Amino acid sequence: MVVATRVLSYRQAINEALRLEMRRDPTVILMGEDVAGGATVEHVEQEGAWGGPLGVTKSLVSEFGRRRVLDTPISEAAFIGAAVGAAVTGLRPVAELMFVDFFGVCMDQIFNQGAKLRYMFGGKAKVPMVIRTMIGAGFGAAGQHSGCHYSVFAHMPGLKAVAPATPYDAKGLLIAAIRDDDPVLFFEHKMLYDTTGEVPEGDYVVPIGKADVKREGNDVTIVAISRMVHVALEAAARLAADGIDAEVVDLRSLSPLDEETVLRSLAKTRRLVVVDEDNPRCSIAADIAALAVDKGFDSLDAPVKLVTAPHTPVPFSPPLEQYYVPSPERVVAAVRELL
Amino acid sequence: MEIPRERLLWLYERMVLIRAFEDRVAQLFAAGKLPGFVHLYAGEEAIAVGVCAHLTDRDFITSTHRGHGHCIAKGVDVRAMMTELYGKATGVCKGKGGSMHIADVDKGMLGANGIVGGGPPIACGAGLTAKTLGTDQVAVYFFGDGAAEQGTTHEAMNLAAIWKLPVVFVCENNLYAESTPWTYHCAAPDIASRAAAYDMPGVLVDGTDVFAVYEAAGEAIARARRGEGPTLLECRAFRYYGHFQGDAVTYRTPEEEASYRQRDPIQRFRQAVLSQGLLGEDELDAVDAAVKDRIEEAVRFAETSPYPPPEECLTDVYVSYPVEQLAFRH
Repeated sequence: MVVATRVLSYRQAINEALRLEMRRDPTVILMGEDVAGGATVEHVEQEGAWGGPLGVTKSLVSEFGRRRVLDTPISEAAFIGAAVGAAVTGLRPVAELMFVDFFGVCMDQIFNQGAKLRYMFGGKAKVPMVIRTMIGAGFGAAGQHSGCHYSVFAHMPGLKAVAPATPYDAKGLLIAAIRDDDPVLFFEHKMLYDTTGEVPEGDYVVPIGKADVKREGNDVTIVAISRMVHVALEAAARLAADGIDAEVVDLRSLSPLDEETVLRSLAKTRRLVVVDEDNPRCSIAADIAALAVDKGFDSLDAPVKLVTAPHTPVPFSPPLEQYYVPSPERVVAAVRELL
Repeated sequence: MEIPRERLLWLYERMVLIRAFEDRVAQLFAAGKLPGFVHLYAGEEAIAVGVCAHLTDRDFITSTHRGHGHCIAKGVDVRAMMTELYGKATGVCKGKGGSMHIADVDKGMLGANGIVGGGPPIACGAGLTAKTLGTDQVAVYFFGDGAAEQGTTHEAMNLAAIWKLPVVFVCENNLYAESTPWTYHCAAPDIASRAAAYDMPGVLVDGTDVFAVYEAAGEAIARARRGEGPTLLECRAFRYYGHFQGDAVTYRTPEEEASYRQRDPIQRFRQAVLSQGLLGEDELDAVDAAVKDRIEEAVRFAETSPYPPPEECLTDVYVSYPVEQLAFRH
């Protein structure tokens, strides 16, 4: 069967995944600050005012109505927790935590409630909810609107965590997340919303827990996450010009982790660089390094290199922010140290 | 207020069952039979029972660290509860929750909660499910006076009010948040009056009088079922034991504690129904005896039940997840 594809942006791909799942399953609801926007304002009551601050959920309210696209007060603990309660009692809520940095005001509901209920209840409950949340530097949004922080969630048992890098993966992973019976954190990089790619029509699933080799190569493995996949691909292109053949593994899923794909690639290339925009301490990058040392030690011909953000908050000033985010130059330099 | 005879007996039986359960748990804990720690509900029985009398298994409650009474009032099996407190495999949560996280979603009991103020958003979510699916289910959030000061409680009251969710907020004001008097931690003259901030009815109720609770909760729950939104009830009562079992309770005088028993909810019920000739003393005594047997049977069952195998630690974290990533690496 030939499936038609078209070019969509990352933003459109996410919107389409939500639309298709809401059409398919009446128990799927959206909730969050301004996900429709303008609730009760007469001239936008039907179509919504914003569709989220960056328009990702735009026009969903006009198809599904205010009962399924719920603007919330700025009460993250209440509505993220309400998503937990709704999930336990029969809905499949998709809650939007506008910026991941806001987890500080609702973390109890995520990790003490949503993540642990099933376990504490002896397996009697399930919590099929998704938290969509925006990550990443690059907008000059500074300390409280620019972090990645997905490592925090990958650390917590009971949560799954995915971070797509392309429109294709964004759509397929979001559909998978909505259909998943466990709580899934879905990390959307704000600098990727306008990037484009081929996306099939209709529904399809990118399985949670499967990495994707975005570029095959033999000399070094570069594992990357979210926006850093594009940084890694750019670095790989520059290295190719010098005859260095890098393999780029897009992790896609942080929890569970596709250990097999990482280790298989490492066994082939025998060198590993991890590129991660999150802070480095106790991070997913450090976790991949530990995996390589623990289960791939015999494959390693060189030390594992981590190209990450520094251990600082995200700064405001453009040159500082640029310094903060891993660049292709830093990835290239790390690879050269290994060869 | 007419209460059918059968329901009167149910109210009494549930209150006595809670009291007997808690008194027995206190003994077992003192004897070192129960791991962890326990927070006992004795003295507050009229609240859980008076509220849950209006609920079915399809309705939902969220509870607190002091959750045994809510479980029993909601119909959770006391044998499975007692076994859970022992940490045994046949416990209602397979020994993974214990006293502080005891739950039974099949009975609509969405969990005791180790986090003060952990439950109100969850109750809102349960109410949102009912509203979204168009059912007449109701969710009740039980909370102590301590949780009245948590942001989640206030956020949830506001959310339930703007969305007109079928949620009832039942504050069990037992006068102390751990050791801190509510008159210190609460800026308002009473907790019920805070309902005004969320444009919902707020009702102050004598939480040692099961009839008063029954009546107030009946109205609040009926209102919620009609789609008219949330209500806040503040039920004042006394907790007979400390904050946790083993608490030396230095913040209360013996005189204060003795005064509590003057308003014991079970004795008040007995006096009321006997003086009005609604139930006979022999009937009530028969309930007492049956409850006692039931608790002893639950203890026997718990004592003789097996512990879960250690590997059980690795199950029920997720519905699906690669198990090798849950286990130790070495």
